Amino acid sequence: MMTTMTMMTGAEIVIRCLQEEKVEYVFGYPGGAVLHLYDELFKQDKVKHVLVRHEQAAVHAADGLARSSHKVGVALVTSGPGATNAVTGIATAYMDSIPLVIITGQVPSYYIGQDAFQECDTVGITRPCVKHNFLVKDVRDIAMTMKKAFYIASSGRPGPVVVDIPKDITAAKCKFDYPQSVQMRSYNPVVKGHLGQIKKAVQLLLGAKRPMIYTGGGVILSNAAEQLATLTRRLGFPITNTLMGLGAYPATDAQFLGMPGMHGTLEANMAMQNCDVLLAIGARFDDRVIGNPENFASLPRKIIHVDIDPSSISKRVRVDVPIVGNVPDVLDEMIKLLEAEHAKTDIADWWKEIDGWRSKQCMKYTMKDVIMPQFVIEKLWELTEGNAIVTSDVGQHQMWAAQYYKFDQPRRWLNSGGLGTMGVGLPYAMGAALANPDKQIACVTGEGSIQMCIQELSTAKQFRLPIKIINLNNRYLGMVRQWQEMFHGSRYAESYMDSLPDFVKLAEAYGHVGIRVERPEDVEGALKRAFVDHKDDLVFLDILTDREANVFPMVAAGKGLSEMILAEDL
Amino acid sequence: MRHIISILLENEAGALSRVAGLFSARGYNIETLTVAPTEDSSLSRLTIVTSGSDEVIEQITKQLNKLIDVVKVVDLSEAAHIERELMLIKVRASGKDREEVKRMADIFRGRIIDVTESNYVIELTGSGSKLDAFIQAIDADLILETVRTGVSGIGRGDRILKV
Repeated sequence: MMTTMTMMTGAEIVIRCLQEEKVEYVFGYPGGAVLHLYDELFKQDKVKHVLVRHEQAAVHAADGLARSSHKVGVALVTSGPGATNAVTGIATAYMDSIPLVIITGQVPSYYIGQDAFQECDTVGITRPCVKHNFLVKDVRDIAMTMKKAFYIASSGRPGPVVVDIPKDITAAKCKFDYPQSVQMRSYNPVVKGHLGQIKKAVQLLLGAKRPMIYTGGGVILSNAAEQLATLTRRLGFPITNTLMGLGAYPATDAQFLGMPGMHGTLEANMAMQNCDVLLAIGARFDDRVIGNPENFASLPRKIIHVDIDPSSISKRVRVDVPIVGNVPDVLDEMIKLLEAEHAKTDIADWWKEIDGWRSKQCMKYTMKDVIMPQFVIEKLWELTEGNAIVTSDVGQHQMWAAQYYKFDQPRRWLNSGGLGTMGVGLPYAMGAALANPDKQIACVTGEGSIQMCIQELSTAKQFRLPIKIINLNNRYLGMVRQWQEMFHGSRYAESYMDSLPDFVKLAEAYGHVGIRVERPEDVEGALKRAFVDHKDDLVFLDILTDREANVFPMVAAGKGLSEMILAEDL
Repeated sequence: MRHIISILLENEAGALSRVAGLFSARGYNIETLTVAPTEDSSLSRLTIVTSGSDEVIEQITKQLNKLIDVVKVVDLSEAAHIERELMLIKVRASGKDREEVKRMADIFRGRIIDVTESNYVIELTGSGSKLDAFIQAIDADLILETVRTGVSGIGRGDRILKV
């Protein structure tokens, strides 16, 4: 056991806790309430601090590190505006169940409640968007609170945990003893699934005539891609991965039907809708995935739902076989049971039906004289051989990246699926670049989203992060414009991006390489320049794309999965 | 349907706001909420009266269980249970009303615990519906003030909610 009998300040203890948790990077921004903490960071070199240019980006970058590495991301911000700026990042991580520990400074405890300078009720403000939060009121509680924070953030269904520490507590002293384990009577996440339920599920799967596997972010978060591949191949069933689950099953494999949902493929959505047994794993039947739940429930099918969070089960759709447990553990059990079975399911007719939907080629698009955004993503996939870590912001470019970059591995696709936060792309890329120095990092974005955290170009320069920014610039807030075109009589209210900066000059002003691409025949060359010639630089590719390209297929909000609009219908 | 949900909660600062915040954030309704420490000072016991379909009640209990400070959750109304609520009600008691109010309090087994020349304070315990009935039974013009604790509940027999 690690015991030091010397007295330490609260600030020193916090940093020691980070060291004990093997935290390599802390993303943060200093301020009055965290000065003691920064002083201690300064005195050591195990934990590296990454100075962002806005607290929102600190949390996003920590989040990007977590998503790309299966580690807990850590951010450090000051009280008041530092904490409130961090809230968007925290809520983003919360919606996608990302393990983070966010340390927020607080005014001295004896000032709390007196409207002190830079005071806000951080615990109150963040309460609805954290897995848990703490206000530390005694220096002797810091070590245990930090231990609990890391444990809660990373176990069960992961999520962000905020630790709010008043300035005087970081200055107070006590002995430091980092607990090796933590026991909480009120928090005991389930691991093993109920064996009886798993047996029932396996029987259902073996008896299925039109089975479908549907998996979400839970498979990625729990590192269960290997088990998922074994199970899916053993069963020979079609499979779809949600936006949050892309990469859990190889997208280039024949059993993969593409992404489901609002901008999913025809074959994935029709198979979701028409299957007789649906195996849902680490997914939550989100409104962007199944559309209208009444429409979804209108066809009879048996649903097996594996999830670590009981509250995700039977929340939006009725489930026949609920299995609460850690995904890899449950899948291991399923595989074991299947190995003992000799029965082989014959679903050739079902595959024939699926191939019928596939033959519609719902993802095909027409090339024009101008650059088609889908084409850029396809070229990006080719050039990076499908191995890059791709981050995105939110909008049309996000959907195109999800649709056309075929992710074969988990933790290669980082985006804000739940909260849909514009501005995450660049900070996600920063976190991913630091956690994966050996990998190519592409940030697919748009001229709207990139401006929401553009200041981070400065951070990326300081830390020499060789991110490639693929700006699909259509001079519109594309997804808003698309909805306005389809549902609001083409009245483009405030969706036109006027007075855009010259992104090439902007990138250069920050000390990076900027390249403008205006013709389809230049796309490949520009990508090569970025990824090969400027391998070690941040390159901002400002790609002028077709202005009014739309994302298809599409299921309009509130409609059912079988009511898809295909590009050819228009 | 009406449900009575009992919760054992860590007696920590802010724990109650997590429960209350959950109900408002997810659009669940709270009819009454009572909270006080138990014989174990590290635990508080909450009783929440809420209503909703079976699906909603299932979500409420699951979401409550997800809160880190929540130790145990039980839907008391799933089985035999007892519920009680305390009401203090101040009523005008002068002239002919004085005797009538006294009689009514007796019928409902209430106790008069404060007396002035012009009014009584009556203490009344029972199920929520009994307290409602008492309020209905008294002339509305006579009621000066009411305060109710909200429902507390406990399971009958061997049903025990304890850590």
